[in-house]
Amino acid sequence: MAKKKKRAARLATRSRRPIAARRSTARQPIRQTLDLNACEQFLLHEARLLDDGKFEDWLKLFTPEAWYWVPSEPGQADPFETVSLIYDDRRLLETRVRRLLSPRMYSQEPRSRTSRIVGNLTIEESGKDGYTVRSKFMMIEYRREQQRLFGGTALHRLVQSGGRIMIAWKRVDLVNCDAPLDGITIPF
Amino acid sequence: MHVMSEDLSNLVQPGRVHRQIYTDPAIFDLELERIFGVAWIYVGHESQVKSPGDYFRTFIGKKPVVLVRDAAGDIRVIHNQCAHRGSLVVANDNGNTDEFMCCYHGWTYHLDGRLKAVPLQHGYPENFDPSNPKTAMTQVPRVRSYRGFVFASAAADGPSLEEFLGHMATSLDDMIDRAPDGEIEIAGGVFKHAYDGNWKLYLENLCDAAHPIFTHRSSIDAAQQQSDAVHSDGTGEIAIRQMRQNGAPYSFWESQVGIWTYPNGHSYLGDYHDDAKLVAALKDPVFRDYIAAMEKKKGKAETRRVMEVRRWNSNVYPNLSFMSQFQQLRVVHPVAVDRTVVHTYNFRLKGAPEQMFRNTISFANTVNGTGSLVLTDDLEIYNRIGMGLSSAGAEWIEIGRGYRSDLPDAHGGRRGVNSTSEVYIRNMLDAWLGYMTAPTLSSPASGGGKYPAA
Ligand code: FES
Ligand SMILES: [Fe+2]
Repeated sequence: MAKKKKRAARLATRSRRPIAARRSTARQPIRQTLDLNACEQFLLHEARLLDDGKFEDWLKLFTPEAWYWVPSEPGQADPFETVSLIYDDRRLLETRVRRLLSPRMYSQEPRSRTSRIVGNLTIEESGKDGYTVRSKFMMIEYRREQQRLFGGTALHRLVQSGGRIMIAWKRVDLVNCDAPLDGITIPF
Repeated sequence: MHVMSEDLSNLVQPGRVHRQIYTDPAIFDLELERIFGVAWIYVGHESQVKSPGDYFRTFIGKKPVVLVRDAAGDIRVIHNQCAHRGSLVVANDNGNTDEFMCCYHGWTYHLDGRLKAVPLQHGYPENFDPSNPKTAMTQVPRVRSYRGFVFASAAADGPSLEEFLGHMATSLDDMIDRAPDGEIEIAGGVFKHAYDGNWKLYLENLCDAAHPIFTHRSSIDAAQQQSDAVHSDGTGEIAIRQMRQNGAPYSFWESQVGIWTYPNGHSYLGDYHDDAKLVAALKDPVFRDYIAAMEKKKGKAETRRVMEVRRWNSNVYPNLSFMSQFQQLRVVHPVAVDRTVVHTYNFRLKGAPEQMFRNTISFANTVNGTGSLVLTDDLEIYNRIGMGLSSAGAEWIEIGRGYRSDLPDAHGGRRGVNSTSEVYIRNMLDAWLGYMTAPTLSSPASGGGKYPAA
């Protein structure tokens, strides 16, 4: 019984997932300025936490059932049938963040420094339970004499809880998601 | 090429190997010729080219090739080079086509590589013969499939694929035997990861039972401290259990896990894991449907036999590693002496419940994912070895652990007294030496037999 319930919940979560970030933004009128501005302030705050290495604070932005997804294919439909560069349910996301804080995370010895720019925000969908915000980002990562440039599209599902904005899910589509890459350790 | 065979044979010695074989570009070039140009190299799986005209672009060593199913349904591996002025013909990673056409001057080729048509043919001299095999996209001389796993050898003769695989074929069998319908197919995408280090380091790490407790310390700790009460859709659960398992103490690796090696450099790590959610044989409820499907198709006795095969990573030297319990497969692509790219794939077990494949995907994300909490530390190790070996420190690399205690194996190989023996590295390097110093390029000496008496 419990198993059935869990499976139904999983399927329900899955059906809510967006397909790809390929909607036209032109026909999406900007909603209330305040909303877009609030979303932008939130995304900039998130980016800053990540650049500052405040991963625990970053984790606090996510809801208790949140997921975080970086697909391995352009337009990937699903994180269960195809591998992902990162697909973390809430439990794994906590483990990821705990590891990021470990002094024995050797792939972060020395640590990376990152700098990101977030922009081109549009509200893709808004309903009673939240907003889906689409944005573009560029992130420079410097580590051990090498600099890498990542860029792509992020979709955030933002919800309001206790007067705060929180992330119910986040999907990041890297431009080079199917390239041969050295390890990815710092979340986008 | 300034490296002589006599020099090469001095580089691999009992229990140690010279660092030069990981750093010298001239040796790397020789490896491409004498190992990747001779041995049976894993190319792809038949399920990647199911129908006539399906193709898959890959490499043998650094040579671009195309795995294709021709019009008659036969599997071919052809060099991805136009016979006219040398352009790469097939540019997409995979697809389906009636013919191959070069986009430079429009020469077209049949699916088996034979030349089909040449524009402006009247302009060529009279002795230009489009049916001459030299005007084809040349076929790799030997292509064989072992139950769907396609290997190719650029040497016109040499040991058969079956001889080459020897007892390691049983690991490939185990991949297939786990499918209730007796068939597997590649599915679920691919990871491509890269590091600045030599290609040999990759397989040398995959059976290394002594490293997880150090290298993977951060993910072991993070997983061990993780509360199970937190929401998971199942993905995190598989991942976290696997990471915790990596933290097994030495006593576990020295009592419950073994390492087996066979001629030609092959090896597998076995009898790993005691977590009922990760090992189907331990009959966690999650596996109940799967075991039932297996028993229905194969009977109870055969199902039990299959479930009791508990191999972890199996390595077929020089470029293949796979893991039958979670249907993973990794292909090593040497790029430069200090650069390697690895592609990893997953298999779907036909006839198995859908949840099995979801576990396969979760597992892949955990151990092979470019952003995984585990693999990223392995990549760090490959990069660090790449940097470390370029120092002027110790010239010789120690690979002697277990040297005095290794035992003969019933199937003609050699095994460690337990899994922490470095016998699998010694075995790979014996094969390496056999290929690199073989008198004729097409008949490599078999490895595994070069242990001087203690
Ligand atoms: S190079 Fe291919 S047709 Fe000329
Ligand atoms: Fe490892």
